[in-house]
Amino acid sequence: MGIRIEKVDLPGIGFRHDLVTEGGRRVSVVSYRDGERDLGIFDEDDPDQCRDTIPLSEDEAAALADVLGASVMVSRLTSLSDDTTGLFTEQIALPTDSPYLNHPLGDTKARTRTHSSVVAIMRDGQIIPSPTPSDVLRAGDVIIAVGTRAGLDAVARLLANGPD
Amino acid sequence: MHETTLLLIEVGALLLGMSILGRLAIRIGLSPIPFYLLLGLAFGNGGLLPLAASEEFFATGAEIGVILLLALLGLEYTAEELLIGLKSSRRAALLDGLMNALPGAAFALLLGWGPIAAVALAGVTWISSSGVVAKLLRDLGRLANRETPSVLSILVVEDLAMAFYLPVLSALVVGMSIWQGAIGVAVAVTVVVVILLIALKAGHVISRFFSADHAEPLLLGVLGLVMLVAGLAAEVSVSAAVGAFLVGIALSGRVAENASAVLTPLRDLFAAIFFVFFGLSTDSTQIVGMLLPATALAFLTILTKAVSGAYAARRAGVGTLGQWRAGLVLAPRGEFSIVIAGLAVASGLEPAIAPFATGYVLVTILAGTFLARLPDTEWFRAAVRRRAARAKRVSPAKP
Repeated sequence: MGIRIEKVDLPGIGFRHDLVTEGGRRVSVVSYRDGERDLGIFDEDDPDQCRDTIPLSEDEAAALADVLGASVMVSRLTSLSDDTTGLFTEQIALPTDSPYLNHPLGDTKARTRTHSSVVAIMRDGQIIPSPTPSDVLRAGDVIIAVGTRAGLDAVARLLANGPD
Repeated sequence: MHETTLLLIEVGALLLGMSILGRLAIRIGLSPIPFYLLLGLAFGNGGLLPLAASEEFFATGAEIGVILLLALLGLEYTAEELLIGLKSSRRAALLDGLMNALPGAAFALLLGWGPIAAVALAGVTWISSSGVVAKLLRDLGRLANRETPSVLSILVVEDLAMAFYLPVLSALVVGMSIWQGAIGVAVAVTVVVVILLIALKAGHVISRFFSADHAEPLLLGVLGLVMLVAGLAAEVSVSAAVGAFLVGIALSGRVAENASAVLTPLRDLFAAIFFVFFGLSTDSTQIVGMLLPATALAFLTILTKAVSGAYAARRAGVGTLGQWRAGLVLAPRGEFSIVIAGLAVASGLEPAIAPFATGYVLVTILAGTFLARLPDTEWFRAAVRRRAARAKRVSPAKP
């Protein structure tokens, strides 16, 4: 992977990290000394100028980094009621090298292994609600599961690597 | 009326006036510094209504204001940052120094103010206040821009140069004979180098004397140390302001962060008092006569600043528009030009420097606020693009 992140000092302010994408766009993060961050999107016409800066608090920056960094867990859709119940829904893209590709859902034994339920499968923009253990998983499927945070993480691991 | 009562009334009224002017300045997107200067001019020597009772209060407050300005400037940087800045932008900073100090010096000689006033005016035209420029960069949303590090490193070097320049200037204005002057300068430079070395090697030790977590002892401790060192520095005829700057650099880590948080409101108060006092003690009848030469010099040095800023950005591989942005954002000079002028005037040098510097700073701040925004306008960008296209047609071989 030829990804280069450049670090530049901003004396008196903090520092800046730059990433130039394959498409030639530049994204930068200005980190202030007090922990605040600015996300900067660069102008296409004038690659030296930041067209838009979005100030992020420390927590917001960490949350965004999580979302960007997690390639398997596509998103935490919503919490079912509120976070105190500890139950979440999550969309998990089936990894292309999953051991369960073209296997029936029942093979994963997800409910027994992770105490999480697969409540739907998204395929080609369609929803298959309440899939049965005999429904076969296909490439490009997105599995919608309900469970605890740890349980959902276990589902993602299971789909990616098979049982531990 | 009792003297103290009158003092309270005068100070209170002036602070209220400053608050209103400050709000006005922010609303129209200007730095409040020129407004404070104008307010001081209005009430000072030859102004509408001379303030008598509070003069001493403002004089002392102004002194503290300068010390706090420099101390917080020092707190902004670590000693390492200063050295890295010095290394990475030596050439651009040297060009910046030459191109902007020389016009000021030449101007003073032209007006017949003598060589020491020339050194003072060189500083006035050379040093752009990092506070003003950094705030401008932040307001314009340019901190992430690619040309910004080159602008900042010019500012860093200028600030470091201040640490040497101010004691040299104060040694010069105090020194009577050439020999005394030379010895004074040598002592001043040595003291600065020694304190910088201590800051670099033992900054964390000094910081350990303070507890970062308790606001009140931290405020008192840092303020006390700053004022103590400033006083001692003034005693050995290194300027008080430089002593404060060096204390600021010596402190590091969380102590520096928290200290700058507790000291910033204090700095804002006393720095504002300093600007008003500078206006108060400037003869406003003289300012009209000085406005024309000051404007001429301001435009000349805005041009030279633009060239040195653009050069620095170009060396960093920034495109044409970015070079314009880097050059024009350096146009305003701000508080440190006033600090230098104040130092020169306080030591009895050419009194015309004060109205001249006031006019100069007023012009550069007004023009700078406008010029800095120029490269963001659509017609300016289009003009730069057209020129680039034309240049390409003329010499198609160049990429």
